Amino acid sequence: MNKLGKLSLCLCLAVGQGTAQARDRRLEPLSQAPGKAAQRGNPYASQPGAAGAGQKLYERECSGCHGTAGQGGRRGPAVASPTVAQSPPGAIFWVLRNGSLRAGMPSFSHLPEAQRWQIVTYLKSLQ
Amino acid sequence: MLYRRMLLFYALAWPALAAERPFFITYTHQMEEPGNLEVATRGVTANPGGAARFFGVTAELEYGVKAWWTTELYLDGVAVRHDSAVFTGYRWENRFRMLSREHWVNPALYVEFENINGADRSLLEVVGHDGRDDLIGTNDALRQERKREVEARLILSSNIRGWTVSENLITEKNVRHEPFEFGYAVGVARPLALAARPGRCNLCPENFQAGVELYGGLGTHDAFGFRRTSHYIAPTLAWTSAAGMTVKASPGFGLNDQSAGFVLRVAVSYEIPQFDRWLRKR
Repeated sequence: MNKLGKLSLCLCLAVGQGTAQARDRRLEPLSQAPGKAAQRGNPYASQPGAAGAGQKLYERECSGCHGTAGQGGRRGPAVASPTVAQSPPGAIFWVLRNGSLRAGMPSFSHLPEAQRWQIVTYLKSLQ
Repeated sequence: MLYRRMLLFYALAWPALAAERPFFITYTHQMEEPGNLEVATRGVTANPGGAARFFGVTAELEYGVKAWWTTELYLDGVAVRHDSAVFTGYRWENRFRMLSREHWVNPALYVEFENINGADRSLLEVVGHDGRDDLIGTNDALRQERKREVEARLILSSNIRGWTVSENLITEKNVRHEPFEFGYAVGVARPLALAARPGRCNLCPENFQAGVELYGGLGTHDAFGFRRTSHYIAPTLAWTSAAGMTVKASPGFGLNDQSAGFVLRVAVSYEIPQFDRWLRKR
């Protein structure tokens, strides 16, 4: 590979990494959840049908920004991601309740708590 | 002819859609999601004091500019039995969420400019000494009065254990003359089920929200209080279909002689997700 080719490859990798980092940055609100909120357990985690109900709610409330399969979009980061999979359920629940107005994420506090936990259950099932 | 015009109003307003807010008068701190456009049409009918029945129609376009800012345009019209159907004006409303996090009570600010005429009977709020007499008369006579008004609301709302509780303090001022007018609206609502069922369904209990709202005038700054003001209590029922369309209905009952008696409201709304992206693709 000539020098120009190597330089182009480096640039592409740098841009790609930058984009991935920018996307991850949009998931920062997950790390802002207070410890007590993040430690909350998901009461629907082992309930049969919770992920299915969560998927239905996700498609209605979240897929517009985060993509139908959680792949992300222009407005919302990918939620089918390792960051979300590794986040405590309580932290995801906290973000759903509070939103992140600076990051453009609205609050979903108008949904009953049970429905927000169902969405968390579905999000945790995405890989 | 009259009914044809009414149908035309509805045809223009129809392709709209998703009032998740279960109320008609009371606002909550819930904002439209950024980029989403909600199209809605709502109707109100009454025959105040045995006068001719009127049918007010409002078309609404609500857009989420930011997660903390929602803007909305209303186009109002009214049809009066044995009279005529007329366009009565427009309103431009903006709502701002004031705190970035969710609290027990969440404040939001609402500012609206309205340019309507006296024939307007959409009854989107009740302020000052608004009452039954304002709703009686021919469209020709009533539309002579121009109303350029600024309305502000302090919205205080909470979501507690599945219940939505909201209080609105309303003030309105004609930009040219007239004193400040005050009003209030309070609403409580809850879905029939708190957890969702898996799979698409139209008649699942979580798709229904039932509630009640209470609203009325509080006089003006020089005659503040309940004297010569009208008040209503109105149960509300909202249903959201699996396809995302929301239908709401609310029979309202006047609580005193100044009120219009029985007022029936209906609304249909639909939300177009990421409308800005859709526009860009065209």
